Amino acid sequence: MKDLYEPYVTDDGRTIGGCLMEMKNITLKFGGVVAIKDISFDIREGEIRAIIGPNGAGKSSMLNVISGFYTPSEGEVWYKGSVRPMMKPYEVARQGVGRTFQNIALFEGMSVLDNVMTGRLTHMKASLWEQAIWWGKAEREEVHNREQVEKIIDFLEIQAIRKTPVGRLPYGLKKRVELARALAAEPSLLLLDEPMAGMNVEEKEDMSRFILDVNDEFGTTIALIEHDMGVVMDLSDRVVVMDYGKKIGDGTPDEVRGNQDVIDAYLGVPHA
Amino acid sequence: MLYRTAGQFKTSYRADQALFPIKQDAFLLGIILICAWVVFPLTASEFTFQTILTPILIYSLAALGLNILTGFAGQLSLGTGAFMGVGAYACYKMITLMPWMNPVIAILLSGVFSAFVGVMFGIPSLRIKGFYLAIATLAAQFFLVWLFEKWAWLYNYNASGAIQVPNLDMFGIYVSGPQASSMTQYYLVLFIVSLLTYLCINLTRGNLGRTWKATRDMDIAAELIGINLMKSKLTAFAVSSYIVGVSGALFVFMWRGAAEPNLFDIPLSFRVLFIAIIGGLGSIMGNYLGAILIVGLPVVLNTVPSALGFHVESALLEHLNIMIVGSLIIFFLIIEPHGLNQLWRLIREKLIIWPFPH
Repeated sequence: MKDLYEPYVTDDGRTIGGCLMEMKNITLKFGGVVAIKDISFDIREGEIRAIIGPNGAGKSSMLNVISGFYTPSEGEVWYKGSVRPMMKPYEVARQGVGRTFQNIALFEGMSVLDNVMTGRLTHMKASLWEQAIWWGKAEREEVHNREQVEKIIDFLEIQAIRKTPVGRLPYGLKKRVELARALAAEPSLLLLDEPMAGMNVEEKEDMSRFILDVNDEFGTTIALIEHDMGVVMDLSDRVVVMDYGKKIGDGTPDEVRGNQDVIDAYLGVPHA
Repeated sequence: MLYRTAGQFKTSYRADQALFPIKQDAFLLGIILICAWVVFPLTASEFTFQTILTPILIYSLAALGLNILTGFAGQLSLGTGAFMGVGAYACYKMITLMPWMNPVIAILLSGVFSAFVGVMFGIPSLRIKGFYLAIATLAAQFFLVWLFEKWAWLYNYNASGAIQVPNLDMFGIYVSGPQASSMTQYYLVLFIVSLLTYLCINLTRGNLGRTWKATRDMDIAAELIGINLMKSKLTAFAVSSYIVGVSGALFVFMWRGAAEPNLFDIPLSFRVLFIAIIGGLGSIMGNYLGAILIVGLPVVLNTVPSALGFHVESALLEHLNIMIVGSLIIFFLIIEPHGLNQLWRLIREKLIIWPFPH
């Protein structure tokens, strides 16, 4: 399956396409510490790909490599069929890689609406002059992007808080606003770093539903890190398992569940 | 009740994003503008123009410039005074080299020079943040004032080392120099300040404003969602220094009439910073409120006792003045650490729902 990239249709009727991103032999070192050791995997168009592993396995580092925040010491990142050259994180974002953060990283001094509008900044082209004068291009652009943003606000059911300063919101809603900000950029690949950390069951259910809906309605490819195994196994099409910076498993949730290395990593190995 | 928003429905995003979504705000601003453009000039005396109206406007503009940089883009600067100096000296050189130049054009162009210098000294902000950046801008402050003193070409080799504003006229009316009337100068200042404020409001509510605020609130997240931090910071430095430079040119040409290098020394930087902080960082109106408090209040305190018939010795008055203004600043900051603008915002929020508690 890995080499062919033939499109196929999942049980729930979504089409999984060709390879969107491929990580080839990625190694990431910080001085003497090796955070990621020679890992390769791929992300196919339209799928939900999970990266799991115990604490300190290097999952977040992996996500940071994908989003361009870290440059791998060795290995190549292939995106949409070509090798990604050395890039600043903002350039990677402009190529269509959006993300959320493990610890919420919203712009606290702004309203929900402004936060989500910030997500659309790559779609806004008015120059400094045009913005200063406002009438004309800047205003048209602002209204047009506002319409797009309102669609996402509707979709994530945060209409009631659109004018609220982000600082006043509870945790669960902040997570949702962060998702909205990432979605506003209309990414081809959406990276979610622990989207359900610190949530109660109900909030997790909501968030799971949003993730599935985003994938289904917008066709966004999603790569996520999550600790809640139940959620991961239910949501994702394929799972990468990492431990101590190495890949120890890769496959559908069922394959991974049966993998002895994975079981050992999570449950420990008896010292005979 | 006066601020009731019931019944003001928005039916388009355009209306919702208008400058004044609430009618009463527009009404209030209308009153203020009428006062500034008609009532004050008709009633004010020479003394009021010279000590209150014109300086408040000029200081507001300087604070607005600083606020773009510090309040909106989150880059602390202690070099405002020197950047005002760059504007003033640039304007002086342009006027003396090209005497045919229209003074308003010269003043608006002088900001370009300070914008350039500002961007140069803003480059360290790409590597350093917060207090460390403040120290870097402090270097700009000392260096530029030193330059104003040592580079004789800047003040046309004047024996006194100071720049003296010549008589300049526009369409036959003197606008600067000893022969200009205070009212003409006031109108000119008011025009430039209103224009720049309007442009700044638009910049801060649009895409660039959000980019700046994102840089201020969480720079790493900003970069990972596609903001070029270098561009964001340097445009903030450019726009901010431009406004500060224009305010510096106004400061000398429309108000002081002459300037020595030490006029632009660090006390001026601090004065503008205080206005921005007390008015409220990250706000436009706060700059005006702050300037009224810092510039206007001492004048009022000076004149009130004699107007009431008390005779107070001028030295004592001076000290009292400093003490009162100082304690008022502390008082306001304790009441509302986010500045006078926030105080007004809270009052406005309460007024909108009044008489109900929420």
